Amino acid sequence: MRHLLSTKDLSRDEAVHVLDVTEDMAATQLREVKKLPTLRGKTVVNLFFEDSTRTRISFEAAAKRLSADVISFAAKGSSVSKGESLQDTAQTLEAIGADVIVLRHPASGAPAVLAESGWIAASVLNAGDGTHEHPTQALLDAFTLRRRIHGDGSRGRGLDGVRVLVVGDILHSRVARSNLWLLTTLGAEVTLVGPPTLMPFGIGDWPATVSYDLDAAIAEVRPDAIMMLRVQRERMSDAFFPSAREYSTLWGLSATRFAALPETCVVMHPGPMNRGFEIASVAADSPRSTVLEQVTAGVSTRMAALYLTATGAGA
Amino acid sequence: MLHRADVTRALTRIAHEILESARGPENLVLLGIPTRGVELANRLAALIGEFSDADIPVGSLDVTLYRDDLDRQPTRGPAPTLIPSGGIDGATVVLVDDVLYSGRTIRAALDAIADVGRPAAVRLAVLVDRGHRELPIRPDFVGKNLPSSSSERVNVRLDGNDGVEEVTIEG
Amino acid sequence: MTDPQRNAPQHFVLAGATLSDGRTLDIRIDGGIVAELGSRLDPRGATRVDAVGLIALPGLVDLHTHLREPGGEGAETVRTGSQAAAVGGFTAVNAMANTSPVADTASVVEQVLALGDAAGYATVRPIGAVSKGLAGEHLADIGAMARSRARVRVFSDDGMCVSDPLLMRRALEYIKTFDGVLAQHAQDPRLTEGAQLNEGAVSAELGLAGWPAVAEEAIIARDVLLAQHTGARLHVCHISTAGSVEVLRWAKSRGIRVTAEVTPHHLLLTDRLAEGYDARYKVNPPLRTDSDVAAVRAGLADGTIDIVATDHAPHSADSKHCEWSAAANGMVGLESALSVVHETMVETGLLDWAGVERVLSVTPARIGDVRGHGEPIAEGSAPEITLYDPAARHEFGTSDLAGKSRNSPYLGRSLPGRVIATFHHGYATVLDGRLVELESGAVRG
Repeated sequence: MRHLLSTKDLSRDEAVHVLDVTEDMAATQLREVKKLPTLRGKTVVNLFFEDSTRTRISFEAAAKRLSADVISFAAKGSSVSKGESLQDTAQTLEAIGADVIVLRHPASGAPAVLAESGWIAASVLNAGDGTHEHPTQALLDAFTLRRRIHGDGSRGRGLDGVRVLVVGDILHSRVARSNLWLLTTLGAEVTLVGPPTLMPFGIGDWPATVSYDLDAAIAEVRPDAIMMLRVQRERMSDAFFPSAREYSTLWGLSATRFAALPETCVVMHPGPMNRGFEIASVAADSPRSTVLEQVTAGVSTRMAALYLTATGAGA
Repeated sequence: MLHRADVTRALTRIAHEILESARGPENLVLLGIPTRGVELANRLAALIGEFSDADIPVGSLDVTLYRDDLDRQPTRGPAPTLIPSGGIDGATVVLVDDVLYSGRTIRAALDAIADVGRPAAVRLAVLVDRGHRELPIRPDFVGKNLPSSSSERVNVRLDGNDGVEEVTIEG
Repeated sequence: MTDPQRNAPQHFVLAGATLSDGRTLDIRIDGGIVAELGSRLDPRGATRVDAVGLIALPGLVDLHTHLREPGGEGAETVRTGSQAAAVGGFTAVNAMANTSPVADTASVVEQVLALGDAAGYATVRPIGAVSKGLAGEHLADIGAMARSRARVRVFSDDGMCVSDPLLMRRALEYIKTFDGVLAQHAQDPRLTEGAQLNEGAVSAELGLAGWPAVAEEAIIARDVLLAQHTGARLHVCHISTAGSVEVLRWAKSRGIRVTAEVTPHHLLLTDRLAEGYDARYKVNPPLRTDSDVAAVRAGLADGTIDIVATDHAPHSADSKHCEWSAAANGMVGLESALSVVHETMVETGLLDWAGVERVLSVTPARIGDVRGHGEPIAEGSAPEITLYDPAARHEFGTSDLAGKSRNSPYLGRSLPGRVIATFHHGYATVLDGRLVELESGAVRG
């Protein structure tokens, strides 16, 4: 694939293929020698207009495991105006010889604009754009979930019939959007749960059930997985909900709610967690939590994404 | 160029040759290169097992991630690498592929093997050697030498992969 | 105030033109008026223009144009903007006040007036700001602008909403002194903080902050009640939602003095176009949905919406070729307006050419009190005429743009019709589909 901009435009076959390549990458990461020569001579640039140590480190590790040269560029706080800075920076990086630009940007659609701009020949990999998408996060979530459900028999399979609750600030969450498209493309049934103020307007056509009541959703859906989204504390000052305590009471994964989940239900969180706010420690630290598996899967997923974009490999 | 009987005969001969050169089945591991090399490795392992009354470990070794031409040709995604549970350290590994051509696939395979373990020796078995080597690599066991022009295409079809069994050359 | 030595009225016979009422005849332009209508007029002593198959409309009048001068000359000047107007068949434009400095004093509006006269491509009528610096706090020099040589009658903070209800009330009352009209940019600022795109399915999917329809409708509802209370004239800029059409319909049924405009782009385009994050489609108010497009078309057809105004908003390539949220709002529209109205209203059977004449010339001239414009073509009428070929259809491209900026949402799209000639003050600004190069006059004042 030329670019990875969103999960919305992945077909089921493409999505399964990426997950299968991730399996291959994950297998190499169990070896003593974890480094592969695949992208030797290629240059991967992490262009981050937004702080995210976790995502940047994950992409860096992935690129290095594939023997690419990695340049990490934190463009945040650059003095030039937003528009100029994207074009100028990208062209500078192109001149340096970037083959893949991993872009994290606060503006929704910035990776799409960069990919379509004609400014650069490099592949563009979306590492999170505004409140739009975060495709590698959704891919690593799906990979983790598929492993939990299908184990070694994961290869080639989707997530048909798997019931997933996505809980929290759907409105501002790129993780929620990418997961919704990918999970449903893979056959899962998604229920979005959160306060009405944090639900986007106009999602009647989304392939998801919407609920404002977490307890009812847990009881009715009997989920196979519950994905807790991180809630930014600044949402409180914007009056999306009255107080942190009220949010936590109504939409947090408390110990009581954790106990009410089906025993096989896995608990997912993209991190970093607000413990005691959107998720209780008893849930976050339980064997059913996939939080650390998600981090591990992140490296393999990003290796797969880098491999597929840098080499233009198709399904 | 080769029909079903020719393929069977060639594999039988290679199986005997492998056994003979390895002085017995004890330390042998066969690794096929996807996709048809895996089918050939499985069949050779079965034959060797039959002749020596031993269980020959067989696996697959994907070389996609080790290729040096990922830019030049549209690649397929990688296939799984499956190493037999005993590993390959100290073993005599026989790499198995369908067609030997430039040698670049085998170069990549040697790199891939080095990342997986340290065998005592690595041998190469191919069903067809069509020449045109670009690297100093030569096969130890060959089913058939098929001198061809580089503009031609050599197609290997096997029961397990294609439902027919033949080797053809297309101009 | 055109220099008579320079762009003097000329003599033309437009042979075989079809008027908006369907009559086909020859039109003689002579001595600065439409001198004669008839068949087989003698072309001797005049330039004969073959107008067979062409529709003759009174020169189009735009009530809502951004000419960017002073302050934004990189994107447009009064001269280039009025050239774009001429190419689009317009003979008069009303220049919005959000320049830099803002047109909130007599000196700025007189400067814009003089620049327009000097360019000579169209009558340029400056619009005055409602509030000083468009800040929405204190009234601008409304009286001084009204009494200046620019004789300002339309007041608008366009780009910004006069959101403070008390200031809005005072402004409406105050402009009654000059029988002015207040053109409101209806957008509740709190409901649209950071807004990027129509709030709906597309904004939800793209993760762009939504611009809800209610933010427009609530202001219009408030304003028509204030207009009723004050008895002043209210004009609502760029109606974009079905709900706004409903509110207007209600207000008009109550006899409230309100008029409204819709832009060509809101008649044709929808928010689906934003899916590739191409900022050419970023505009304020944003592109809406199919049902909104259907509602504004119906509203224009039944007279609930009075006119079409372009909201021509030139921007440099830099301010469009970037991330969506960093990009500027606005589209150029003068050159394409008539074709878009043709496609959306005439080809659909919603308006005939008399209706087009009404919404693009007669009524906007009346609302803006643009004298010498918007008179149906007749013996003795002002020599402001547009000849339009309705049969032509072509792919709209940058060669169709005559202004300084290229931010048209129609590039690459097939549009019907073409302006063949435009006559302003009795001389041609466009002939054979091409801009006539006029000499620039000295700027006075």
